[in-house]
Formats: sequence, C-alpha cells, structure tokens
Amino acid sequence: MNGALLTVKNLKVVFHTYRGTVHALDHVNFTVLKNERFGIIGETGCGKSVTSLAIMRLIEQPGEIVEGEIIFDGKDLVKTQENTLNTIRGREISMIFQEPLSSLNPVMKVGFQIGESIARIKNTSIKACKNDIAEVLRAVDLDPDRVANLYPHELSGGMAQRIMIAMALSSKPKLLIADEPTSALDVTIQAQIMNLLDDLVSKMNNTVILITHDLGVAAQFCDKIMIMYAGTAVEQAKTEELFANPLHPYTKGLLKAIPRVGNRDRLTGIPGSVPDLVNPPSGCRFHPRCPNAMKICSSQKPALMEINPGHLVACHLYGDENG
Amino acid sequence: MTLTEKISDFIEKRKPILEDWKHTFFLWKRTKLAIIGTVIVIVFVLVAIIGPFLIPYDPLSQNMSERLQPPSLRHFFGTDQFGRDIFSRVISGAMIEVEIIIIVSIISGGIGLILGVIAGYFGGAIDEILMRATDMFLAFPSLILAMAFAAMLGPSLINTIIAISLVGWTVFARLARAEAMKVKTQPYIEAIKALGASKTRIISIHVTPMCVSPVLVQLTLRMGTVILTAASLGFLGLGVRPPLPEWGAMVSDGRSFLLDQWWISTFPGIAIAIVVLGFNLLGDGLRDIMDPRLRR
Amino acid sequence: MKMDEILIEIQNLKKYFPLKRGIFSKGLYVHAVDDVSIQIPPRRIFSIVGESGSGKTTFGRTILRLIEPTSGKIIYKGRNIMNLNQKEMMTFRKKMQIVFQDPYNSLHPRRLVKDIIGEGLSIHEKISSGQILERVKEILKKVGLNEDHMFRYPHEFSGGQRQRIAMARALILNPEFIVLDEPTSALDVSVQATIVDLLIELKNTFSLTYLFITHNLAVVDYISDFVAVMYLGQIVEMGSKDDIFNSPSHPYTYALLSAIPDPDPKKKRSRTIPRGEIPSAVNPPEGCRFHPRCPYAKEICKRSEPEIVEISKGHLVKCHFPLR
Repeated sequence: MNGALLTVKNLKVVFHTYRGTVHALDHVNFTVLKNERFGIIGETGCGKSVTSLAIMRLIEQPGEIVEGEIIFDGKDLVKTQENTLNTIRGREISMIFQEPLSSLNPVMKVGFQIGESIARIKNTSIKACKNDIAEVLRAVDLDPDRVANLYPHELSGGMAQRIMIAMALSSKPKLLIADEPTSALDVTIQAQIMNLLDDLVSKMNNTVILITHDLGVAAQFCDKIMIMYAGTAVEQAKTEELFANPLHPYTKGLLKAIPRVGNRDRLTGIPGSVPDLVNPPSGCRFHPRCPNAMKICSSQKPALMEINPGHLVACHLYGDENG
Repeated sequence: MTLTEKISDFIEKRKPILEDWKHTFFLWKRTKLAIIGTVIVIVFVLVAIIGPFLIPYDPLSQNMSERLQPPSLRHFFGTDQFGRDIFSRVISGAMIEVEIIIIVSIISGGIGLILGVIAGYFGGAIDEILMRATDMFLAFPSLILAMAFAAMLGPSLINTIIAISLVGWTVFARLARAEAMKVKTQPYIEAIKALGASKTRIISIHVTPMCVSPVLVQLTLRMGTVILTAASLGFLGLGVRPPLPEWGAMVSDGRSFLLDQWWISTFPGIAIAIVVLGFNLLGDGLRDIMDPRLRR
Repeated sequence: MKMDEILIEIQNLKKYFPLKRGIFSKGLYVHAVDDVSIQIPPRRIFSIVGESGSGKTTFGRTILRLIEPTSGKIIYKGRNIMNLNQKEMMTFRKKMQIVFQDPYNSLHPRRLVKDIIGEGLSIHEKISSGQILERVKEILKKVGLNEDHMFRYPHEFSGGQRQRIAMARALILNPEFIVLDEPTSALDVSVQATIVDLLIELKNTFSLTYLFITHNLAVVDYISDFVAVMYLGQIVEMGSKDDIFNSPSHPYTYALLSAIPDPDPKKKRSRTIPRGEIPSAVNPPEGCRFHPRCPYAKEICKRSEPEIVEISKGHLVKCHFPLR
C-alpha cells in the first residue's frame, strides 16, 4: 500500500497588487500518494501553477503563503528553511515547465547545462559527468554526440522538452512536477513527449504531479485527478471515476465542452468568465456560472467532502446532511 | 440628461482610463524621488506663471544707486551691477525657461515622432536615410552643435529654441522608430490592413499613438538637459539677448564680480541646479513607472 | 462538392519567404506554402489542419493578400484578385475578412471598442459617426455583447469576449467569406465551445463561408464540411469531413488522428506516433516530405514526390501508398 508522499492542507496563497489582494489559492487540500500520477486540471486563473510553485516554495513577493501546510515526506515545507529547501529542489522534487526554452540558458551549450545539474547533485566537476550526460540524453532518445554540443536555440520544442525531462529525472527525484509540459508543442510531438514521460516514469517509479488544462492528456496519463476552479479544489477522484461519474457542475460543464473526434453531439460551453480573484464571488466561487446554483451557494463556501470512496467534491449539491 | 448626469456618464465611460491612472499614481506614490522631483517642477511652473505678478521690482529697471548690493531684506538676492533686483530677475527668468522647454519639446518631439514613425513603419531606404541623418546629428557633441546653430542663427530667444530643437530631435526619432517597428508587426495592424485601411490611416491613427508614450517620457527626461543647454548658450552669449533675465546669461553677467559680489551669478546658478535636478528626478521616476517590467 | 458553385478557388498558390542570412545568403527560401490548390463552395466551412511549419497560417493570410503570394491564382467569384491594385482590392476587402488567433494582440490596445469595430465602416462608407455607432450597437448584440461594452478598452475583456469583438469587427462590413485563423486556440476549453457555437450561429445568420484554420482535429470534426490536411507547405489529404475522419488515407492524417489524447481514460490507445521532429521548411525532405517520419515509407518515397490521387469522389491524397 502506498503512503502519502505529499499532503497539502488548507493552502492559502495571496498576491498583493495595486488593485488589491489577489486571493490566488483558497484553502486547497489534496494528497498525492507514492508512485501515483496525480493530475491537476483547470483553466486560466484556477491556481494550478501557483499550487506547483507553492509546493516548490518558489512564491516570492508580492505573493505569499498565508496559511496551510505542505507536508512532503514528513516535512512541512512551509516551515522549512531556505537552505534546506535548496537541497530539496532539483533533487527530491524536480520541476519541468511549459516553455522549455525559457528554462535553458541561451548562451551555454546544452551538454554543459545538463552537466551542471548532474555535477551539482553528485558534488563533482562537470568534466567527470561526461558519461552521465550521454546516458541522460540517450534515455530521452537523443543522440549525445549531436545534441550535447548544440545551443538551446538550435533545438526544436520537442527536443528541448526532452532535455528538460532528462535533467529533471537525472536526480532521481521522489516527486516530479510537470507544469503544462506539452502545451506549447504540436500534437504529434506532444504524443511523443507524453509517451516518453510515461516510459521513464514507469521505469523509475517516480511520483508525478501533472498540471494541464488538457483533459485528454490527463485522461491518458494520470491515476488521480483534481479539478481546480478560481483558486479552489472542486473535485478529486480516480481518473476513470471522474470521467465516468463527474459530480461537480464545473467538471460536468468542462466535460461537455471538450470536442472529441467522432462525437457529433452539441458542444456546450460554460457561460460567463473566470472571476476576478481580487474580488472573488462570495461563497462558492463557481456559483455565478453554475446551472445548479442554490441560495446557500452564494453565502457559504462548500467544503471538500468524500461522497464516494476516493471521490471528493466541494459542492452544496452533495453531502450536506449535517446542515 | 441633466448636467450632473452628463458628467457622471462621461466619467463612467472614461473609467478605464482612470483605472490606468490609478495604477500609475500608485507606483508614483511609492517612488519618493519622483515625488520630490514633481514637487520641484510644480513649484517651478507656478513660480514662472504667478511669480511675475508678485515680484517687488521690475526685472529690467536699472537703479545705479542700488548697484552691487548684497542680499538683504530689501533685495532678497541682492542687486547686480546695474542695480537690478536679482530676486525679481530670477523669478521672471523662470518663465523664459518654461517657454523654452515647452516649445523645444513640441518642436523636437514632434519632428522626432513623425520622422521616427515614418522610418520605422516603412523601413527600407526611407529608414536608411533617416538613420544616416540621425547619425550625422549625433556625431557632434550636442552642446557644440547647439552652439554652432546658435552662432549661425544669431542670439535671440527664438533662435535658441530652434538651435536646441535641431539638436534634440534625433533621440525621439530613434525611440519612435523602435516603437513603430514593434507595432507594425502586431496582429491588430494586420487586422486593420485586412479592413482595407490606407497606409496614411494606419500610421496616423494606429501606429503614432502607440509611439507617443515613450517619446513623452524621454521628453520629460530631457527637459533638464534642455535647460542646461539653454543656460549654457546664454552663458556663452549665444542665447537670449540682454537684458532679458535668462538664467544662464545672468550667471555670465556676474562672472567678473564672482569674488566680491558672488550673489549675482550664484542665485541664478542655484535656480538652474534645482530645476534641472527636479526634472531629472521626475524623469527617472517616470521612467521607472513606465517600465513595463516594474509595473508588475 | 458542387463543382459549378464555388465561392473561392485557389490555384497553385505558392509563398516563399527569402531567408536573409547576411551578405552570403545563397537565395535560401522558406517554402511556407508550396503549390496549394483548393475550392471552397459558398456557405460551407472548409478547414485546414496542420501543425507548426505546415504553412496553414501563411496560407490564410495570402488568400487575403495580407501577405503577397509568390505565385498562383486567387479566384473570388470568378475574378482573379491576385493582381489587383490597392483601390481595386477595396471592394474585395469588404467581402473577405479575417479573425486572428491571438485575442490579446488583435485589437488595438489604445482604442475604444466602438472605434475598433466601427473602423471598417469609417474606411469604406461615407456615413456619419452617429450612424456608425448604431451599426456597432447592432453588431454587438449579434455577437452576444451589449452597448455598454462600446466605451471600453480591449484589456478589460476576457479572451472569449475579445474574440467576439474581433468577429464584430469582421462582420460589420457584411462580408461573404471569413478566414478564421485558430480563433479558439488561445481560449480556455469552456469558452472555446461557446465561441465555436457563436461562429456557427453567425455563419447561419449571415450566410457566411469560413476557411477555418486550426491544429485541433476535434474541433474540425465538430464543425467542418470539408477538410484539408497540410504538412510542410503542401496539402497531403483533402476531402469531406467523413472522408477524412472515417477513412484517413495519408499516413500523416492517420498519425494526427491517433496522436490526439482521448479524453476517455478507458480508451488508452497504442498509438502509431511518427518519429522525429517536424523538418524545417527551408530544406524540405526530398521526394515525399513526410517520408523521414512515415512508418510506411518505401524507397520510392525518398526519391519522388507523390502525385495527387483521387481515391474516391472529392477525396484526394498525395501519397504513393495511400492507406485505403
């Protein structure tokens, strides 16, 4: 049985801007088990990227973690000191981002940069890592002789992302956070990269948090999925359960809005737009757009509750037996 | 609609612009130096406008019996070799500086903006010609060039303005050009082309307004330099003709009296220093505010 | 396809961009659009699908002569508009419009919405500003926005709303043909559906013809009548929607279809994913451009460019060994 690798409790993050305080994350709760592939899905402004940055403790002024615990392997990262965090980042928790080319230094050769990150972990010189660099590149189907001497701008998006994945996995992290790793890539390249990720993660048995807006990618890759809306977690369930039996009106709306090949049913969008998080709606943040909104929805925030085993929803339509 | 209704309606509709200004104001408040600079500039402008009505003496009238008096309660800044009250002259001179700044800004900013936008938008040969022209102007140290123009044109207020404008336009042209080059590749310009807009329309209505901001910022930043240049020309006798109380000329007037009657040069000199400082602080603050990265 | 009623016909369109690589550039070109021919019947949605480097975006723009084609013919209602001058093009500009992908940069950031939408009228028609305002109000309603929105700036609107404004801008001149260049790709999924529905509604209300450019095959399946698949500047397969989705015949079309991750966890397909990267359009591969990545490539594919074969009525494939 897998224990929990990461538990996020009541995470609240705000950003102080000229227009006021942006309530980016509002009491987010979730648990990621060891070796699990956990997907965080949401649209713009839902807070999924903020969540991943919070986990990595990369939130800086004007943002701050106001409340909550981020318990990684027994340690609360919110209370951990910066120098300890530095040993965790890049080693026990690795992250890959949407724009791989922004994560690479444009004036250094690719091989050198990979070497840098390996050398840091192994505490040796970059020269000594030559074989490791080659191994890392081969693991992602890239030819070391050709690629190691290239500069980032000579790489295609797919190649760059492979390198980022390689670098992230080279430290054999306990947790890999992939923030929209394929959103900037073409469909056929996306398929290659997700396949690669699938292979590598299966072999190394890492725990993965995949952040994406693409339900298709999540459906194919993740074991468990959490849906976020406007800074709150609205539903969590095993992937098959979520797609077969969506409970939250937002999840339902989302599923009805995705076009699928072969499906000629009418697509329905969700009317309205994502709320302004400086003045989020009172009560349930989704209520202004919800087809099932009730009176209580505008006054009281629904708590995340387990409705079926392993299936949690934050919605007044369900499980409010205690009033 | 009643008048109040009309006004509130007008404001409602312009709210978006107000939002933008709120943000700018917020940033401005955070920059202490910008505030100091703004205050200095505002005081300067007020002095220039209202001052002449409040001065105790006529800046031009001579009074030989009162010549070379040190600062006192009767003459706050003392008198010069012609018995003229320095305080009144400094105050009146402010207006001359303001005139110079405004007109130079309009001319050099205007020329620079138009030429820059045209060069940036059309590119190719037109751009090359403009760039070589700016290169030619920029090859000379600006003060020397201004001196050359002023000498050619002869000393007078108008010629000073023309000379300084001719030296200053190049900076704005380059800025406007850079901005125009960025703007012309934007999708909204393509969209307007798709609507069938003529090049004139695109340049005047769509491209130029986007280039005005950086030019305005730069204009403010350079106002200090304009004053210094005008004062330098005045000091060298190439600028405003006597007896007009231009500060630079006043500093020059007091040169031979510097050791014993220091006040004749010093007070106008201090005025120049403070005002230039004010503009520089304001300009720096403005640039920080306008910097899109810092706006986040 | 009714051959006698065609709104737009594109013949052998080519667009090559010269590569400037300094003084020693040897006349290298990016073959963005390389000999593309299509026919679009009126009141239909014709989709062009492709990934980066396919040339679909350039194609959309060259049809409207926003980018001047290198060669070829653009025949609108029987009239070749390729060589018309600015003035003559004005009549066609009213009939052929475009909506862009980027909702954040396709509206002038410093102009009010009413001016953005009314611009077309200011350019083409000599009517008073009061009348322009009236027309703007009408159009705003048709795209699902209201009067209050007129006096605001684009940055106050969400992505979906901005695309509505872009549509309004295109529609105010009563066009017949609109090029939609990835109109929903930059929007959230929940908003995409609303905008796609709006596009269909507007097409029916105004009897429009669309050229819909996208990389999203699922949306193509949802709305198109006809589909053309582009790869590296060429059309590799073209036909009715049913042809393409029920009998994909080009290996690339098949690869595209199988690469789409299915939002159904039960359907974990084993996918035939093409190897390698999309090559550059400067030096496209010899022979069939897809051969380096094609799982079925044979000797002939490396040497000679395939002919276009009509495998069933209206269904064309450019392949030596079509899958059907």
